[in-house]
Parts: sequence; C-alpha cells; structure tokens
Amino acid sequence: MTTDQKLSWTRIRALVRKEVNDFRRNRFIATTMAVLPLLFMIEPVISVFKLPADAPAGKLDALVGVSTLELMLIPALIPAVVASYAVVGEREQGTLEPVLTTPIRPAEFLLGKALAAFLPTVVIAYVMYGVFLGAVGLFAHPNIAHDIFEPSRVLTQLLFTPVVAGWAIWAAIAISTRTSDVRVAQQLGSLASLPPVAVIALIGFDVIQPSVGLAVGLGAGLLVIDLIAWRLVAAMFHRERLVTGARA
Amino acid sequence: MTVESDSAATRTRAVPTGPAIVVDGLTKRFGQRTAFADVTFSVDYGEVFGFLGPNGAGKTTTVRTLGTLLAPSAGTATVAGLPLTEANGVAIRSRIAVMPEQPGLYLRLSVAENLDFFAGLYELDDRRGRIERALRAVNLLDRADDPCRSLSKGLRQRVGLARALLSDPQILFLDEPTSGLDPLAARDVHDLVDGLRRRGVTIFLTTHRLAEAEALCDRVGIMNTTLRTIGRPDELRERLFAKTLQVATAAPLADPDRVLVGLPGVEGWHASEQGYVLAVTDPDLAAPAVARAVIGAGADLLALTPSRHSLEDVYLQLIDEDVEAQAR
Repeated sequence: MTTDQKLSWTRIRALVRKEVNDFRRNRFIATTMAVLPLLFMIEPVISVFKLPADAPAGKLDALVGVSTLELMLIPALIPAVVASYAVVGEREQGTLEPVLTTPIRPAEFLLGKALAAFLPTVVIAYVMYGVFLGAVGLFAHPNIAHDIFEPSRVLTQLLFTPVVAGWAIWAAIAISTRTSDVRVAQQLGSLASLPPVAVIALIGFDVIQPSVGLAVGLGAGLLVIDLIAWRLVAAMFHRERLVTGARA
Repeated sequence: MTVESDSAATRTRAVPTGPAIVVDGLTKRFGQRTAFADVTFSVDYGEVFGFLGPNGAGKTTTVRTLGTLLAPSAGTATVAGLPLTEANGVAIRSRIAVMPEQPGLYLRLSVAENLDFFAGLYELDDRRGRIERALRAVNLLDRADDPCRSLSKGLRQRVGLARALLSDPQILFLDEPTSGLDPLAARDVHDLVDGLRRRGVTIFLTTHRLAEAEALCDRVGIMNTTLRTIGRPDELRERLFAKTLQVATAAPLADPDRVLVGLPGVEGWHASEQGYVLAVTDPDLAAPAVARAVIGAGADLLALTPSRHSLEDVYLQLIDEDVEAQAR
C-alpha cells in the first residue's frame, strides 16, 4: 500500500460509529442481533441438560458436535444478515451517493462496514459461548462438561468465531455490492456464510479429529482468506456502477 | 432565511486564484448511450454558475463526473485546481461538496448525528463547532437532535445543504436543490444560495427552474446533451433575440411608415395587437425619438417599453431548435 492509499482510521471510525448507531435503531437488525444468538445458545444448553449422565460416548460426541455447530451459527449468520445491508441498503435509502462524494476510499468504506458488523457479532458470539460454558460448568454432569471443555474444542470455537464472522461479512458485502435488493442480499449472504461452518461441523462430529494444531492452522488459513477477501471486495467496488447501475 | 455572517460555514473566504472548474471536450457515454458530449466551459471562483437543461440533458451526469463519481469517456477537466483523474479523486472530493437531488440522509439518525458522520468522513477538526455553525447557517440549530425521519422535505433539503457546508468546500455542487419543494421552502433555499454567493462561495447549480437560475446565477449554460450556449442571462437574451421597442397607441397611426422609419436607432417595424413593435439597435437611444415622433404625429402614446425576454424564452428557443433539428 502506497502513502497515497493509506487508510484513514478517522473515516473508518466515523463509519463504524454511524453504523452502530443506525443498527441500534433498525428494528430488524436489532431483533436479529438479540434473538438469533439467544436461540442458538439456549437450544444447546437445553440439550446438554437433557442428556443423561450415562449417555453412550457416541451420543455425547454427537451432542457436542451439534452444540458447537449451533454456537458457530452465531458468527456465521448474524454478520451475514447485517453486512448484506452494507452497500445495497445504502443504495436503497439514497445515502450511498452522498457518502461516495466525500473523500472516503472504497477500502475504508468496506473496512468500516465490515468492522461495524464484526465487532458486535464477535462480542455477542463470545458472550453466548461464555454463557453456554458457564451453564455447562455449573449445572451439567462432569462427564459431559469434560467433553465440552476439551481444550481443542474451546480453542476451535474461540479461533473460528472471528474468522468465520470475517468470512461471512466479506461474502455478504461482496453480494451486497452486486445486488439491488436487500432481501436477496441477505438470503444469498446467509447461504454464502455456511461453507466454513461445514468445516466446524466436521470437527464437531469428529470426522476431522480436533486438535490444537488443526484449530490454529485452519483459523490462520481462514484469516488469510478474510484479508484477501477484503482486497477482492474492494476491487469489486465500482463507484460508477453503484451510483448509476451501469458501467461505461 | 439568510446565511448568517458569524458562521465558519459561511465566513467570507479567501478566494483562490484561477478558474474553479475548467472543462474541455468532456464526454460521458454509457455503452451506446451518450449522456453528454464535447462539453467545454469554465467557472471562476466566487461565481454562481447555472447549468440548465431538460430532463435527461446530462446535467446530473456532468455533476457526478466533475464530482469524481463517474469517469469521463473523453475530454479533460480541472476541478478545484486539480486535474480530473482517478488518482486525484480523494483530493478533489476533499475540496468540493456535492448535494445530490435527494439529500440522502440517514433517517433513523438525528440531524447532528448525520452531520457528525460526514464531518468524520472529511476528517474535520472542531466537529461540534462546525456542525453548530452549519446548522445555524440553515436555521436548523434547534432541530439538531431531531431524527431526520421527523423532518419535512424542505427541512431535509436544508440538512443536506448544512452537510455540504460542513467542510467549507471550494466548490459547492447543488443538483436540483429545490426539486420537489413548495415555493416557501424553495425560497429558503434561494436565500441560502444567495447568501453563499455574497460571501464568495463558488456554486455549480443544476436546475430546470429558469426563474431560479435567472435570479441566482452569474452565468448559465444551457445543456441538451451538448452545451447549447453559455453566458450571462442578459447576454443570452441579447444574443438570441433582436432588441425591440413596443409602442402602444390609443388609436392606430395614420401613416406608420412616415412616423417611424428613419428615426435614430430604429431599423424597422411591424404592427402588433397592442400597437407596433420596432426593431432597434439601442432601445435607450431610440425611445426618446420614437416618443417625440408619435406624439408629434398627433397620436396618444399609451406605453413605450423595451422588450424583455426572459431566460425562459432563451431556453425554450434553444430547446425548440433541438426538437426541430431532431424532427428533420
């Protein structure tokens, strides 16, 4: 990146602050952020409590796999819903053109949008995971808790939460720059967020044997993909097409 | 409503030297469709330049191009002293402000939150002070905490104008600023633009309200895909229409030729419903002689008025020529 292309964190902060203020007052987004995580956390907690202490190992593994999967849907689906709104939402409400006539660069605009979806998502996802672990630690049978607290599983969850959110956000923003309807963007964005969740599912169900090394390796790989995705999406961002719907 | 003098957003500025905008052969095409072609003009700092034309004439596309939203297909331009290139996009956008036809406000956010966001995008210092001054300039300080959703269309337009003033731009592009406003709200916007002009802000105003352009603009360009003409409104009238004197008499003259032909400055005449229309070289020179001649001929002179062609007449003349040319 040359000096000329240096990012302005003042502009990015301004965008993040505006987005968060706007989300808080957008009933659909506020509801999505409040209700979905609760659903994805409560269901695994209930399942864990319903499991008898002498449940066979296979059933316990399956339960842990499903729980991991459901909790991972929080960083996958919430930012997809929020970030899908990023560009097409601005277009629909007529605010994109005024923003694009300011000195903001595409990379700053997209990074601001991504961070505004990323930060609340990761906080919510970690809080929900913390509540889940707390409930399991306090109230579940020690055998079950032991399996859920297995270090590689915890590390997988902690590492994958931000990188899965990153993937979901960039996929959703990429779709948002290309579609002209918010609902279509949200549906496609939700679908596009799922591939990394499939990897988590394979780990959760022990199809891929979980280990600390695997979690770190996959997490690092996904992080690199997220960074490349940011640059790719920035390259896809054409002011002209976004403003006029056509390219010269 | 007036632009208050104590506002930083409205403070009289040091006017940069040289032209604010220079456009040379600028063309924009979308595939096979030409939005505008071979447009050449310049705008000086401190000037209010009106860009007129019918819907689809290329006015908004020109503003978007000069505002670096669209890349020109051909030609060159300099905006606020910088060549219009992709590399200069950020620098140009830092020096200008564009108010699109729709103000594009975040309706869930308050007026002040909207302005604060844009102040951040321009990386402005003293954001709170600037917001206050910009809102005072458009008489909206008391609505700073109101959600934009609760504002009328006219008030939203004023917020859009306050937003455009925040960064104290060298050039202010106003795209149809009174579109869809009631006469009272439109007058508010006119007063604001007039106040900005008085303190030397360069304004590029697109409109199809001809009276608005005539009242506010130092010069106008009439656009219909190509730039049809450019000049001061009075220049355009002179260029397009012959100078005439209208002579109204109580009764027809017995021998108009004898009375009117050969008078100083009078080149010819023809009868009209009210009396006579005289083609003149200079109405101020011809009028006294005509008055003396008519009264000397024993007629009762009711009125002697130089013809006044409005900018609307100029506009309609040019656009009608285009329509006729297309029909041929």
